Amino acid sequence: MVPSEPAVRTGSTVETLPKQHDGHRADTPRDARADRNDDPTTPAGADDPRGPEAGASEGAPVVRLLDEDGTRRPDPEHDRWLDDLDPGAGGPAREGLLRLYEDMVVARRLDAEATALQRQGELALWPPLLGQEAAQVGSARALRPDDFVFSSYREHAVASVRGAEPVDLVRVWRGVTVCGWDPYAIGMASPQVIIGAQALHATGWAMGVQLDVDAGRVDPAGGLPVGVAYVGDGAMSQGDVNEAFVFASTYRSPVVFVCQNNQWAISEPVALQSRVPLVERARGFGMPGVRVDGNDVLAVLAVTRAALDRSRHDGGPTLVEAVTYRMGPHTTADDPTRYRDAAEVEAWKGRDPVARFEAYLRGVGVLDDAGAERVRAAADSAAAALRAGCVALEDPPPLSLFDHVYAEPHAALARERADYARYLASFEEEGR
Amino acid sequence: MTTTLTLAKALGAGLRRAMTDDDRVVVMGEDVGRLGGVYRVTDGLQAEFGPRRVLDTPLAESGIIGTAVGLAVRGYRPVCEIQFDGFVFVAFDQIVSQLAKMHARTAGRVRLPITIRVPVGGGIGAAEHHSESPEALFAHVAGLRVVSVSNPQDAYTVLRQAIACDDPVVFFEPKRRYHAKAEVEDLPLALATPMDRAHVVREGRDVTLVTWGGLVVTALDAAVAASDDGVSVEVVDLQSLSPMDHETVAASVRRTGHLVVAHEAPRHAGLGAEVAATMTDRCFEYLEAAPVRVTGHGMPYPPARLESHYLPDLDRILDGVDRVLGRTTADPAPGASRPEPARAEAVR
Repeated sequence: MVPSEPAVRTGSTVETLPKQHDGHRADTPRDARADRNDDPTTPAGADDPRGPEAGASEGAPVVRLLDEDGTRRPDPEHDRWLDDLDPGAGGPAREGLLRLYEDMVVARRLDAEATALQRQGELALWPPLLGQEAAQVGSARALRPDDFVFSSYREHAVASVRGAEPVDLVRVWRGVTVCGWDPYAIGMASPQVIIGAQALHATGWAMGVQLDVDAGRVDPAGGLPVGVAYVGDGAMSQGDVNEAFVFASTYRSPVVFVCQNNQWAISEPVALQSRVPLVERARGFGMPGVRVDGNDVLAVLAVTRAALDRSRHDGGPTLVEAVTYRMGPHTTADDPTRYRDAAEVEAWKGRDPVARFEAYLRGVGVLDDAGAERVRAAADSAAAALRAGCVALEDPPPLSLFDHVYAEPHAALARERADYARYLASFEEEGR
Repeated sequence: MTTTLTLAKALGAGLRRAMTDDDRVVVMGEDVGRLGGVYRVTDGLQAEFGPRRVLDTPLAESGIIGTAVGLAVRGYRPVCEIQFDGFVFVAFDQIVSQLAKMHARTAGRVRLPITIRVPVGGGIGAAEHHSESPEALFAHVAGLRVVSVSNPQDAYTVLRQAIACDDPVVFFEPKRRYHAKAEVEDLPLALATPMDRAHVVREGRDVTLVTWGGLVVTALDAAVAASDDGVSVEVVDLQSLSPMDHETVAASVRRTGHLVVAHEAPRHAGLGAEVAATMTDRCFEYLEAAPVRVTGHGMPYPPARLESHYLPDLDRILDGVDRVLGRTTADPAPGASRPEPARAEAVR
């Protein structure tokens, strides 16, 4: 299905985003402070000369299919992407809906378990995804196996959906490797720590798909495989992300940029990254942009499917801005109470993505107490596997350090390896 | 079969050959397509291979390398042209943090066979940021291979070897030698000397003179001048800056007992220090004098009218030869030719 024309923005449903703090408490550059909202009764940006709709968070239409209480609202433009998930359509649709729910519940449970493992000293660090389950599961479940994900380091639920085992999520944070899985096995690159660098990799991968079509290696009739870049609101300021937009747009490459705007880049609010809603950047690069309620798994799934479909049929790139909230700290080493108000966090608790979808599923009769219990048990089982796998991870042997620096023989490194092996062996001789 | 080619044309011929042999080789960079590159290295390639395999890119060097990484993840062998040496720093993160580390960080599962062509060095009276010698910055990065060619034959062969290599290669091209002509033989890669080997390009007895890239010709000229003065200089074209072929250099130093290293880049933490330190380590008992470095000064590359005072030239290299032999230009000692080895004394 190809939309007749790619809209610069889609969304028949216009939503006002929750009130939020757009500025630092202190030490914020003046321009960002203009959007600061110290009075929770005053809309963000109210003191902005451009009016209350100005600023990074307000004013752009948002696609939402589930209200915060789980009420499904019709939206013909996006509902057509969810035909297979009509709860009245029978078994496969109900299973599909339950799978989305289970993905989110398991993701949250694994995230909690990993946080606990860090607190117990089993992990060096952990970047929680709490609050971003719908943005990740909804987008990742839209993908085909032959698509390729280039993500940041918080996309644990994306990795799980792509096929990573629970223990694969923590290998990196245990410090035994810097890549928890085989990228080619699950179609997902190793998590990127340099903010935004992966957007270019996704774009280049997509340029490779175009070359594959030229060479007859990919049949475009089947719809192109798509490169998918996950970035955050902070990454939107990086040169690499903006360069990726330029390359993808001018080459019309099959790539979808999923920006999870979780409002905070460690302590920096999104207003420090942009004076306009991030989605509006898309227009300047000549690609469609769509802003979606990132805590609504159905809406995220629908808009990602639409964006992927456009890419698959030579429609080029799309920017999806999934508006969500980082409920936890940046990482387990962070203390968000130093820079954001409890009231803001409380307000977002009321928009919980898992509770919202659960309310919907119960309302349409897809989920009952027994079903919810089954999902909880599955999540507990995954968490147990994560814990068991984590504590069983052993330190790699020291000489494995040298194994993969180069793909081809390298005499200088071979010499260093031999020297270090001799050095290590000298301890064994001493011990004898 | 041999043909007479300029270094620039030899590079173009190497690219054409690599693209013909492997349809996963793609060329990308600023102005590489219709224009054929500012030095015309890619002249005619786009007409032959099409606009997607010879890709004019947006003016974004980080974007060039970053998208090349993605192309390589999908199985391609991108050859990226960075238009001038001074523009490569914009891509430094993608080269250092992404390209160089990918094979290690994925435990060998992802290979990035990317070649980054960089016109390098001064001597052409160019504008600011067009005459840099950043090779030490890349040679310091594990995961990269760094080569610097000096003549048309090596340009042709080593470029093809770099493209065929499964590791990322930073490939420096001495821009002041682009128009130098020489015979180029179309050797099968299987018969070619591996690209990580140094070449003894002139044999000599008294001094080992190590350099690379644009200074090799200058070093050869200096060796001729020295021989008129009775000093026999062996010139080694290092070519591979990471890894370095220390064995070839060490074999020469053991014969001559004297080492001079010349490069255009500033001396401090330059690659001359690496060569000198390694030779001191491996050939200590053979060295009759401390190694001498002849280099650019510790400063930003100067404006064109002053670059002759910055770049090592024939006279400064000869001065280095004199210094390592304990002579000075003001007071040349007679009989500078190296006496019979006095190894026992040297070891003491």
